[in-house]
Amino acid sequence: MPDRDSTQEHRRRVMAVCAEATRPELEAALRCVNYPGTVTDLRRPETGLVMTRGRIGGDGAPFNLGEATVTRATVRLADDATGFAYLLGRDLERARAAATLDALWQLADWREAVERALVPVGERLEAERALSARQTAATRVDFFTLVRGED
Amino acid sequence: MYVAVKGGEAAIENAHRLLAHVRRGDLGVIDLSVAQIGEQLALLVARVMTEGSCYDPELAALAIKQARGDVVEAVFLVRACRTTLQRFGYAEPFDTGAMRAKRRVSAIFKDVPGGQVLGPTFDYTHRLLDFTLAAGLPPPPPAEAAARPDETVPRVMPLLGEEALIEPNPPERPGATVPDLTREPVAFPAERALRLQALARGDEGFVLAIGYSTQRGFGRTHPFAGEIRYGDVMLEFMPEELGFLVPLGRMSLTECEMVNQFAGGGRAPQFTRGYGLAFGQSERKAMAMALVDRSLRAAEFGEETGAPAQDGEFVLSHCDSLQATGFVEHLKLPHYVDFQAELGLLRKLRAESADASEGKDVGEMS
Repeated sequence: MPDRDSTQEHRRRVMAVCAEATRPELEAALRCVNYPGTVTDLRRPETGLVMTRGRIGGDGAPFNLGEATVTRATVRLADDATGFAYLLGRDLERARAAATLDALWQLADWREAVERALVPVGERLEAERALSARQTAATRVDFFTLVRGED
Repeated sequence: MYVAVKGGEAAIENAHRLLAHVRRGDLGVIDLSVAQIGEQLALLVARVMTEGSCYDPELAALAIKQARGDVVEAVFLVRACRTTLQRFGYAEPFDTGAMRAKRRVSAIFKDVPGGQVLGPTFDYTHRLLDFTLAAGLPPPPPAEAAARPDETVPRVMPLLGEEALIEPNPPERPGATVPDLTREPVAFPAERALRLQALARGDEGFVLAIGYSTQRGFGRTHPFAGEIRYGDVMLEFMPEELGFLVPLGRMSLTECEMVNQFAGGGRAPQFTRGYGLAFGQSERKAMAMALVDRSLRAAEFGEETGAPAQDGEFVLSHCDSLQATGFVEHLKLPHYVDFQAELGLLRKLRAESADASEGKDVGEMS
């Protein structure tokens, strides 16, 4: 039995993939998992705001930067698991899908299926990240300072 | 005294219908989609999100379309929209050191760990109009090069911090409340965290001009761009019901750290700092914000004050484009009764003046 912290860290990683997944990707993942039980809304998806914060000088005391739209949802499965989602943006269905995947992930019998279903999303994100990194790397510069020889 | 005016409903309705028609423009020209604005006017979207103080690229793009490209009007629309939404809470502060940088330059050290990457920048372009854009030709694909395994780049400033050559950042005090001007009105003198919030949502043109004024001598701070970085960072939030930090998605940010004139004050002299942070790729805004952040700290360092850029009340009271436009633009709304009162007063004064000078210099304006 893994300890609570590592399980939570594991769950956060799955949430992070869902947070970057598109709605079609999450819906495809749900179809792939194919959970037969009922999913009910404990809290219907709703959009609100989270105030984002920076730190003075990048690593100092926090300050309020500005808000971001966030949509949250909470679902309950027939198997008694509760799933949560908090996602940037205003897509209600996307939040419900992410909450459902979060609930399923918490059930030992479904965890592997959820992770398998999210593999394509992780692969897409990694491919995009790597491409962006290569494109950025091509703009790396070496500036030379030239001695002007006036002295 | 405010006196309501009535009527004009039909004219207002028709004016708004005409506005919608004019906004659409020539029907022979394809309608601009919100997605196009989001993709191709990304810097404008970033500005509207930053000054609208609401990160949502789609909302900002829609606001830009609705406002016909008027930044201040778009900011107004975004701010109005946010008032309809509830606040879930405060996010965990961004870890900008963990940013996946798409651009990162330092003007103080040539060889910084992680290197200098230009990314998508207007810098070093020739500012010649590109008519291939008018022709709609596709651009060549971007170049690629082997990326380093760890894309996160260490911050530049700690290099100076190691030798205590630069002042430390103010540490987070556990349990201290972070001021929020959307919850409580700004009181002066405003603390630095509050000033940064106000500057972040302040009008770019205003903050730029105030920052520029310090360079021209109205409150000099001798700045160097220690580091500018743009990229994306994960936003994290701790919902009460979960009790752990949940990743909400990646947000794009621009950060600027300025290194400024030393301050001593009895201790060994150290460089001082100014800080800027903005949504999206908003480099000019982040730089200007960092300049003004530092100039507003003049009193803290015992520097001579008196320049506009050193006056917190002046800067913070005038940097918000929505407040400014509200007060300026209200002048065009009906003031008929007010003006009648002024007119009556002026006539009365003139009559008294004429009585007093009767027989002397009649008709001559003094």
